[in-house]
Amino acid sequence: MSENYILEMENVTKEFPGVKALDSIQFKVKKGSVHALMGENGAGKSTLMKIIFGIYTPDTGMIKFKGHDLKVSSTKEALKNGISMIHQELSPVPHMTVAENIFLGREPTKGKFGWVNNKKMIEDAKDLFKTLNIDLDPNSKMKDLSIANMQMVEIATAVSYDADLIIMDEPTSAITEKEVEKLFEIINSLNAKGVSIIYISHKMDEIFRICDEITVFRDGQYIGTKETTELTQDTLIQMMVGREIKQVFHKEKAEIKEVILAVSNLSKEGKFDNISFEVRKGEIVGISGLMGSGRTEVIESIFGIDPPDSGDIFIHGEKVKIKTPQDAIKLKVALLTEDRKLSGAFLPISIKENMIISSIDQFLERGYINKKLVDEACNEQVEQLNIKTPSTDQLIMNLSGGNQQKVLLARWLLNDPDILILDEPTRGVDVGAKSEIHKLMSKLAQKGTAILMISSEMPEVLGMSDRVIVMHEGNKKGELNREEANQEKILEMAYS
Amino acid sequence: MNNPINHNNSVTHVSNDKFIWKDKVSQIASKYGILLVLLVMMITMSFLSEAFLTTQNLLNVVRQISFIGIVAMGVTMVIITTGIDLSSGSVIALVSVVSASFAHPGEFSIFVPLLIGLCIGALAGFINGTITAKGKIPAFIATLGMMIAARGLALLYSDGRPIPDLSSAFLFIGKGEILGIPFPIIVFIIMGIISHLMLSKTKFGKYTYAIGGNEQAAKICGINVDRYKILIYTYAGLLAAIAGMMLTARISVGQPSMGNMFELDAIAAAVIGGTSLTGGVGTIGGTMIGALIIGVLNNGLDLLGVSSYWQQILKGIIIVSAVLIDARKHKKV
Repeated sequence: MSENYILEMENVTKEFPGVKALDSIQFKVKKGSVHALMGENGAGKSTLMKIIFGIYTPDTGMIKFKGHDLKVSSTKEALKNGISMIHQELSPVPHMTVAENIFLGREPTKGKFGWVNNKKMIEDAKDLFKTLNIDLDPNSKMKDLSIANMQMVEIATAVSYDADLIIMDEPTSAITEKEVEKLFEIINSLNAKGVSIIYISHKMDEIFRICDEITVFRDGQYIGTKETTELTQDTLIQMMVGREIKQVFHKEKAEIKEVILAVSNLSKEGKFDNISFEVRKGEIVGISGLMGSGRTEVIESIFGIDPPDSGDIFIHGEKVKIKTPQDAIKLKVALLTEDRKLSGAFLPISIKENMIISSIDQFLERGYINKKLVDEACNEQVEQLNIKTPSTDQLIMNLSGGNQQKVLLARWLLNDPDILILDEPTRGVDVGAKSEIHKLMSKLAQKGTAILMISSEMPEVLGMSDRVIVMHEGNKKGELNREEANQEKILEMAYS
Repeated sequence: MNNPINHNNSVTHVSNDKFIWKDKVSQIASKYGILLVLLVMMITMSFLSEAFLTTQNLLNVVRQISFIGIVAMGVTMVIITTGIDLSSGSVIALVSVVSASFAHPGEFSIFVPLLIGLCIGALAGFINGTITAKGKIPAFIATLGMMIAARGLALLYSDGRPIPDLSSAFLFIGKGEILGIPFPIIVFIIMGIISHLMLSKTKFGKYTYAIGGNEQAAKICGINVDRYKILIYTYAGLLAAIAGMMLTARISVGQPSMGNMFELDAIAAAVIGGTSLTGGVGTIGGTMIGALIIGVLNNGLDLLGVSSYWQQILKGIIIVSAVLIDARKHKKV
C-alpha cells in the first residue's frame, strides 16, 4: 500500500498562539504525480509546506517519507532527505552570479583547503540549464535578470537537488505564458523520472492542466482528496468554501447616503488597471481578492503612499490630488495598514504617543503639547475601544495584537475621518477584539463614516460589507451587493 | 488528576511573579541606571582621591564635558531617527576658524562672529540632512563626506594655521563666569533644557521618536519625514557651532585641527546615556549624564595618575558595555 505514496501525513496538528493552523490533517502524495494543494488564504497550506520542508515542526502527527518516518528540523535536513522547494517569494543574492546562486551553500570545492571550484560550478550550472532547456548564462549577475528569469533560476535550483519531492509554491506568479510551458515540460519529465510534485497555485486552469490529484484544506482542516478528473472548477470551489458562516457579525443597518469617495479609472503600471468604484456615507465596502490581486496597492495609491499613474479621485464630489499621506489626512481620509509591525505601530514608543501622532496639532498649546488634553483624549479612546492596558504610558509593544490594533484604530479616530480605509483590520487579532472591532465599524458607519475594508477572510467580507468589490490580478472583476454576495460568487470572480 | 494540575498552576504563578518583579527592577534600572552609575563613580572617586569632591574640580569636570555634551544633544536626536552624525568635530573646526577670523578686537560687533558661526553650523547640518533625507543615502556616508570636506575647508580657510588675537567679548563665551559658574556650563544647562523640552514636549520631538521608531509608519501618519530629518540635522549642526565657538574662546585661538574625534565622543555620550542606535529611544537627560560619566572617568583617572593610554582603553570598554546592555534590553522584549 504505502509503496505507492512518497509522502504520507496523518493526524498532523500545528498550533500557534491563538490559532490552530493545522487541525489533525492528513495528506498523501503518490509517487511520480503532481498533487495540487488548494484552499483559501489561511487554510493552512503554507504551514503544511513549512512542516514538510523543515521550517516548522508539527505538534503531533505522523509523517512518512519514502516509507520511513520523517523528522526534519531544518531546511538543510529536508534537502538532504530529498525534499526541495520553490518558494513563493524570490530570495536571490543580487550581486552574485546565477551559478553562485544555484549552488549557494553547497559550492563544489577542490584541494585541501576547500577552495570553491568556480569552473566546475559553472559547468554544472550549464549542464543543469541544458537538461531543463533553459536559455540562461550562468555567469550573469542575478540582479541583471528579469523577474521571470530569476524565477526560472529558482526552479532550476530546486530541481538541481535531485529531490524526490519538490514543493512548488506559486511557481508561476512571476512568469509569462512561455515560461509556464517550459515549467510544465520540466514537471512532466520529472514525473517520468518518478519525482513527485506538490503544486500550490491560485490559477485554476494550471491546476486542472497539470495536476493528477487535488487536496483541499479549509481553516486548517483536511476536507478531501480527489482525482482531478473527478472535479470541475465549480465542484472544487464548493469544496474550498463549503463552510457555514457560524460567526455572528455585528453589522447593524446604517443609513447609506451620498457618495463620499469615488475613484475612476485608477491605474498604476504593473499593479492595477482601470479601477473605479464609489463609497457612500454610512456604507461599508469590502474589497475581496487573493493576495497579490492589487487590493492593497489600490488603497495605498488612494492614500498617497504610492500615487497612481492615471485616474481621478473625488472626495465629496470634488476632484482631489493626493500626492502624500499628508494630503490624504487633510482630506479626512484615514488608513489602517495591513502590517501592524511594518507600517503601523511605533514599537519603542508609548501607547499615548502612538495614538496622538497623526493628530498632534489638536493637542498643541503655544507650541507645547498639552498633557492634560492628550490624557483626556487617550483615556476616552481606551475606554471606548476597551483597550486593555494598565496605563497609556505603557509601550505599545507590550500589548497583545488585538489591543495594538485598537490603539492604531484610535490613532485614526482621533482625526475624526470621513473616509476610513481598513486593510485587514482583524488580522492576527483574537476573537474578542475582532468582534469589538466589527462593532466599532458598524457604529462608525451609523455615524456616517464611509468605510472601505480589505479582508482575506471571506466571512468577514460577507458579514460586514454592504457591497463587495472583487479584484483579480490588478483588475476589478465585479461588484456584488450584500444580498447577492456569497462565497461561491466571490471565489469564482477571484480565481477566474 | 487534580493535584498535578494545581501544582502546575502554582508553579507558573510563582515564575510569573518573579518575572514581574524582575521586570520592575529592570525597568527602574533602565530608567535610572545611568544616573546610578554616575553616582557610584562619584562616590568611589571621592574615597579614592581627596581632590575629587571639591567645587573647583567638579566645576572643572562639568566645564570640560560641556562642549561634548552640547554636541551630543544634537547627535542624540539624530541617532533617535536611526541616523548618525560623524561631521560634528569637523564642523567645530570650520566654525572655529571662521568665527575667530571675525572676532579680532575692534573690528566687528561680537554678534557678527557669533551669527556667522551659527549660520555655518546650521548650514552644514542642513546639507547633511538634505543629502540624507532627499538623496536617500545612509547618514553615515553623507556625514562622513561632510566630516572630511569641512575639515579640509577649515584648513583651507585658515591656511592650516591657528587664528589668535580674539576680542575680550568673544573670549567671554569660553572663559567667562557668571556668579562663579563658567559660561560654558551655563550654556550646557540652558541648551540641555531647551533640547529636552523640544524632544519631550513638542510636535518636533514626538515626530523625531516616531521617525526613528518606524519611518514607514511615520510617513503614513502624515509626517513629513524628510523635512523633520533636515530640521534635526540642522539643529545638530547649530549645537556643534555653539560648542565650536565656546571651545575657540576657551583656548583663545581659532584652530583648524580643533574638535578632532569630537564626533565619536559625542556619539559615545549619547550611547552611554541610553540612546539606541536602532532608533526611537533616547533622552537628553540620559545623554547629559552620559557626557558627565565620560568627564568623571577622564578626571578620575587623571587624578589617580592613570596613563592616558589606559584611559582610552577603559573608555572603549565602557562604550561597548553600554551598547551590550542596551542590546540585551531590546532582546528581552
